[in-house]
Amino acid sequence: MPAVDLLFNACLSVFLAGAVAGLVSLWRPAGARFLAFGLALCGSLLDIAASVATLAQGSTLLWNLPCGVPVFSWSVRLDPLSAYFCLALGILGAAVSIYSFGYLRDWKKPRNAGALGFFYNLLLLSLVLVFTAANAFFFLVAWEVMALATYCLVSFEHEKEETRQAGVLFLIMSHAGTGLQLIAFLLLAVAAGGLDFSSFHLLASRLPAGEQGAIFVLFFLGFGVKAGIIPIHVWLPAAHPVAPSNISALMSGIVIKAGIYGMARVFFDFFDVPPLWAGILVLAIGVVSALLGVLYALMEHDLKRLLAYHSIENIGIILIGFGAALMFHSLGHPTLAAIALIAGLYHTLNHAIFKCLLFLGAGAVLHATHTRNMEKMGGLIRKMPVTAFCFLIGAVAISGLPPLNGFVSEWLTYQALLAGFGTTQSLTRVMFPLAGALLALTAALAAACFVKAFGITFLALPRSAEAEQARETAFSMRLGMAILAVGCVVLGLGASWFLPVFDPITQQALGVRMSSALVASNGFVISAGSPRSGTISTVGIAASLLLLSIVPVLLWLAWGRRSRRTSGPVWDCGLPGLTAANEYTATAFSKPLRMIFSALYRPRREIQAEFEVSPYYPTAIRFESEIEPAFEKHLYDPIKERILALANRMRALQAGSIHAYLAYIFITLIILLLFGARG
Amino acid sequence: MMEAALQALLQLMLLLAVAPLVSGFIKKLKARLQTRRGPGLFQPYRDLYKLLRKGMVIPGTASWLFTATPYFVFLTAILAGLMIPMVSAEAPLALFGGVLAVVYLLGLGRFMTALAGLDTGSSFGGLGSSREMTISALAEPAMMLAIFTVAIGANSTSLAEIVKAAVGQQWHFLAPSQMLAFAALFLVLIAETGRIPVDNPATHLELTMIHEAMILEYSGPYLALIEWGGAIKQLLLMMLLINCFWPFGLEAGWSAPGVVTGLVYLLLKLAALSCAIVLVETTNAKMRLFRVPELLAVAFTLGALALASTFLF
Repeated sequence: MPAVDLLFNACLSVFLAGAVAGLVSLWRPAGARFLAFGLALCGSLLDIAASVATLAQGSTLLWNLPCGVPVFSWSVRLDPLSAYFCLALGILGAAVSIYSFGYLRDWKKPRNAGALGFFYNLLLLSLVLVFTAANAFFFLVAWEVMALATYCLVSFEHEKEETRQAGVLFLIMSHAGTGLQLIAFLLLAVAAGGLDFSSFHLLASRLPAGEQGAIFVLFFLGFGVKAGIIPIHVWLPAAHPVAPSNISALMSGIVIKAGIYGMARVFFDFFDVPPLWAGILVLAIGVVSALLGVLYALMEHDLKRLLAYHSIENIGIILIGFGAALMFHSLGHPTLAAIALIAGLYHTLNHAIFKCLLFLGAGAVLHATHTRNMEKMGGLIRKMPVTAFCFLIGAVAISGLPPLNGFVSEWLTYQALLAGFGTTQSLTRVMFPLAGALLALTAALAAACFVKAFGITFLALPRSAEAEQARETAFSMRLGMAILAVGCVVLGLGASWFLPVFDPITQQALGVRMSSALVASNGFVISAGSPRSGTISTVGIAASLLLLSIVPVLLWLAWGRRSRRTSGPVWDCGLPGLTAANEYTATAFSKPLRMIFSALYRPRREIQAEFEVSPYYPTAIRFESEIEPAFEKHLYDPIKERILALANRMRALQAGSIHAYLAYIFITLIILLLFGARG
Repeated sequence: MMEAALQALLQLMLLLAVAPLVSGFIKKLKARLQTRRGPGLFQPYRDLYKLLRKGMVIPGTASWLFTATPYFVFLTAILAGLMIPMVSAEAPLALFGGVLAVVYLLGLGRFMTALAGLDTGSSFGGLGSSREMTISALAEPAMMLAIFTVAIGANSTSLAEIVKAAVGQQWHFLAPSQMLAFAALFLVLIAETGRIPVDNPATHLELTMIHEAMILEYSGPYLALIEWGGAIKQLLLMMLLINCFWPFGLEAGWSAPGVVTGLVYLLLKLAALSCAIVLVETTNAKMRLFRVPELLAVAFTLGALALASTFLF
């Protein structure tokens, strides 16, 4: 398709131009944000156009990047799966670029805006290439550029110790993941005799079982680091919050989805029918990530860290869909597998949109109050009404409540899990309803967590002077958030019209098209495979809610008209006047859950009270409470210690004498020669 | 289309009318069991009428969320009520959502109530929100397991299909999986409707209150909407239990005689279930908050056993 070709090329060139513009504006900083972020906006729109065209036609674009470096093929392939992820990237890129105009306005050093623009465009460019690279070598190069651009963006505010540490942690873990991918790609390349993705198609399933398993696990872990699955998630809650907020939004929205894209590519393109245990593994990790992600999120009162933990939770939900799809595929139920895959992919896009929205909202709040600590916020719904409303939409969507988009994808996941019970007679089938029950627990805890996040941040009285003086953000920031909020509503209410988008993807992955089965005859109802097995209609729910509001109106007309509204003080138990000190705090809100799950959290608290006359009348109280970071303490610290101990012993090699180093080089050369002669 | 609208209207009327009656019946029965005379059977209607005409005080600290919440609570409850079979095995709005939609719609109402609790800035509100969200989160997996057991039996999450499947095999409800799932859902019902031993609906201004703490600042017509919505929520959770597990007396379609017999059966079954609730309420003391997870763990175990026993029978 020449049109798609053109659009896609234009998109890549514009991102490149944006990066160059960012670099140039290091010297002419005045227009940096307009030029760099304006170009990023154009590039994102072109990217949306190219992916929409690809998805609409169900076509595949093949193209070679004129790169000038021989040996490796720099080939790009925009197939429906790639286009779907590019679409998510485009939507987020557009919204975040618009948001960035206002976000960067008040930056003290405008030169930084140029640097940010450079890395930002580079990140978008590398993400497009990650989603579309059709060659293992090219893919890894794009992946590495993405990781480095992300690293630079994470460590952007490097004056702070916390930021530097998070950046380094990200870099190390990201590279460990890339290393695992590299091994898996090499295993495939040896079998295929080439590096092109087209030669990997369905190849993995033809390999011996052991090799198959190794490739699967290596890819799963390699991409899992980027996606943030538990237990290799620790970088995520450290790195996402410290980045500038527009970058956090992009990272949680789409960069972690690069891991999901990689898994989808491997599981449903490189593998034909994966072994059953692979599906079980993915499902189990998905459930664990979802549940632990939300449980850790509940204990956070740093707004951005809380959101980062929710990314882990939602990656878990996506993987529940993927795992179920893999299991159904191995059990020989391609249509069910397609429903589960659609559930996972739909949640990928939904999560991208509402998580990006929530991070942008958190960024706006941070911008206005200069703190990430929820305990110092409050009352912002009156100061920042638009931000509050958008954040509320995101909160309802991420809690999976109807009629917004999170509900649709979670509903599809439940339906797939339920139908899964009938796919096998063995004990494995109990996994499906159990996973469903734990998903229900996850969703309910997420709702609790967002009541806390929204309630403590935006409602009641301001808890600090900063919150008191907060002002609504710039127009462009509100516009960026509003676009995504509309996205949540559209993908929720319009779900039955959106589902045909998945037809070319499931056709390519599993050989079935589901839209005719998933959309019931009248177009606005979604069914789970067949109308008999269960239906929902988000439009119907929204319309009914509107229609039913006649009832309260009638009640008011009949009896309520005499009722008078007056404003009055809140019941404060007889104390003189309610202050912010009377309010419930985020820590108090999550206290019951901290007690109930204390086996997991191992909370520690310390109270010191100073008093003069009697302990009942303290003059000052110091309260400290923390939970044990279980993974860091029990998994990562021992590994870190081993590595440091090993490095200490290796220090003997670094003698500092040039003769010793020459000897090392000589010995290495001889070993290599011997190795070469043998081969 | 016309017919469907009429069915929806009829069920809506029944929901609005029967819900306060069930609350009144439970209160009266509880009073009699405690050798009190108690308020009359129709007291809830009088309360609602009185509240609707009263003036209301809106806290100065509250935002628009506080005013929006009563509508959400009321509307989600009646919409969910229209998705559940009541006097016929068909539900008027079954096409718009099955049992999952019902659970999540109630979740939306709860989400808004909890936010409204925090909105006023009173510490009671936050306390109620925190506890309500905790308990409902812990009740959710038990509820889902029980629902899955029923849904798997019917091979559908549509409540009309579930009830029709149950009607088809009249004495199926004596199967162990059904009985265990019933027990699990009954415990969830107790927790979700805020009854003893989880919460006490009859208390105001106690440190142990949960639901009442969230809505402490509401008055007048808004309180009426919340109370009515709460009564409807209780009714529809009871109907969920009744019609999925004891489906007798329900006809597959809508017909005038069918609706009348369905209504008679519904009232009888509601009375029986109310008796069970009242017995539980009067013979138990309220639990400490941190004992409630144990109760819900029991419900979860019962649900898991129900699921496991579908293997055997």
